[in-house]
Amino acid sequence: MQRILAIIERDLRKFQRSPALIFTTLVFPLVQLVILGYAFGGNIRNLKLGVVDQDHGYEAIKLREMFGAVEATARAFVTIPYDDLGSAMTDLRNGRLSAVVNIPPDFTRDILAQKDPQIGLMVDNTDNFVANTLESAFTDIVSDFYKNGVSVRVEPTLQLETVEVYPYTPYIQFLLPGAIALSIFITAMIGGGIIFIDDKARGLHEGYLVTPITKAELILGFNLAGAFKGVLAGLVLTVFGSLIAGIADPLDPWRLCKMLMLIAPASFAFISMMFLMMVRTNDPLVPRAMFGVLNTLLFFPSGAIYPINAFPTWRSCSLKSILSPTPSTVSRPCF
Amino acid sequence: MNDIEVENITMRFGAFTAVNDVSFRVGHGETFGLLGPNGAGKSTLIRILTTLLVPTAGSARVGGFDVVHSANSVRKSIGVIPQAMTSDLDLSAEENMLIFARLYGVPGERRRRSVRDLLEAVQLSEWADKPVRTFSGGMRRRLEIARGLVHEPKIFFLDEPTTGLDPVSRVAVWEMLEGLKKERDLSILVTTHYLDEADKLCNRVAIVDHGRLVALDSPMKLKASIPGNNILEVSFSALPEGWLETLKQLPEAQNVAASDHVFRIVSNNGPRTTVGLFEAARRAGVTVASLSVQSTTLDDVFMHYTGRQLRDTTQDNAVHDMSYLYQQR
Repeated sequence: MQRILAIIERDLRKFQRSPALIFTTLVFPLVQLVILGYAFGGNIRNLKLGVVDQDHGYEAIKLREMFGAVEATARAFVTIPYDDLGSAMTDLRNGRLSAVVNIPPDFTRDILAQKDPQIGLMVDNTDNFVANTLESAFTDIVSDFYKNGVSVRVEPTLQLETVEVYPYTPYIQFLLPGAIALSIFITAMIGGGIIFIDDKARGLHEGYLVTPITKAELILGFNLAGAFKGVLAGLVLTVFGSLIAGIADPLDPWRLCKMLMLIAPASFAFISMMFLMMVRTNDPLVPRAMFGVLNTLLFFPSGAIYPINAFPTWRSCSLKSILSPTPSTVSRPCF
Repeated sequence: MNDIEVENITMRFGAFTAVNDVSFRVGHGETFGLLGPNGAGKSTLIRILTTLLVPTAGSARVGGFDVVHSANSVRKSIGVIPQAMTSDLDLSAEENMLIFARLYGVPGERRRRSVRDLLEAVQLSEWADKPVRTFSGGMRRRLEIARGLVHEPKIFFLDEPTTGLDPVSRVAVWEMLEGLKKERDLSILVTTHYLDEADKLCNRVAIVDHGRLVALDSPMKLKASIPGNNILEVSFSALPEGWLETLKQLPEAQNVAASDHVFRIVSNNGPRTTVGLFEAARRAGVTVASLSVQSTTLDDVFMHYTGRQLRDTTQDNAVHDMSYLYQQR
């Protein structure tokens, strides 16, 4: 036990003296949480929408007023009036606009005559997020306008009422468990991968193995020290990440205890996995080269960022078989 | 009483034989040197004796314990300084030593006293709380010597302890080792490819070449064992036909070899050969461009037994792969 404690002490002292390492393991996942949280979870705003009104009638003015209302409130788009459809389409193709709405001539007359009035929405579908946002906004507008008999593409004949079982979860809160797992992974990758191989290459392990310490004691010491650092990183992320993500009462002791019960085994699992992968590795470049690949393989398909149901069938099956026993996928639903 | 006994040790890595049927004994209080070029098998031999590698054949006992069957007892009774500088750069000198003292199971109070005494012995007391990252190579080596003695072993292994150090630091390490050896009654096994180091430090020297032990004796006896008392190294402004044969006829000349316009003449009597050399040069109208006369060195011994000079020799059979660390032990 004395020897295991010596290895743990050595590892923790090294960690404590490396501000760059502390920053990387504790601050980087927080930064990622904020960036990814807002990048994927925030509402898209201020898209440039060209409006071509070829009608200028009462109903067209009413429709433009509805665009103005969305512009003033949800701010999904900013309208730019055009006199002719050709120049609006040119700007759309040149990337100066995200979409063009065309209100055709006789739009008002068709409504009054109840002759199936239509408006056109041309979207830049090279960006799916933008296209979906605009289509969604216009479906709402048309739905409101529908009472007056206007349709865009599909007439909403069937109403679906959705009931959410849980309170609404902002994306940044959905991402928080993934960020916690990521911080543990980074700690394991640096401590169990990069530093372990660097120490081995520099001959430090040879220095240890000529003492009475056994291989099992040495690896257990490294594992426990790595797991301790992982727990520390996980708890820091839990507290500060909760604050950033707006989770109520982030310092609730009972919740922190429960989190500790999850973070500790996840940390031990991550660091053990890393040692198993690195124990026969001697080249210091290997863990560095594997860092990005492992991150992609473990983090992204874990379900922490996006459901993996969107993956192709063959990839979904192979990923499930590869990833089902890894700490990322096991810990993600626990969090 | 022998502290180290090596019997017919052989170590193979696949088809390559790194150590080939080596046997020797190191008595108590002796400093024993393994001299050979890089890759000759010295480090492999020391790794076997320090229990890092299990030999393919043969047996070895260190401190009375078998290196294979009683590896843990061997480790407790030895101090080891590996070839690489293995101090942790992020820790202080004292922390490095305290951690190793704990790895060796030294009890708390004795641990602190031993660390303090050893840091003083290697003149690093003032640097005890400084990170090793700030140390020079010589200071790091001194710290590692102190670290290897933190559990007060009686048998000390040093694998090329002065490689990479400047001449002043090398001399400082030698003096420190000699002082510690007397003070702590140590038996030392040291590997080196420095001839002066082996000459200065060792009571006996084993010359290792291509994994084989080719000669073993005290430096003085080894030097006496080869023909000739002096070596003349001489170069000329121009060389007439048959000049090598002329040199071989010089008085007391035992052997003449030429390399890069420099002739190396082994002589039983340096002054007589030198006089004869100048006489022959005068007769042939040859000008002596340079001349040095030296006593026999271990390099000459190495050349005698292996057919080449140590300083020119590099063997590419060093074990660079560290994978053995987690496989064999």
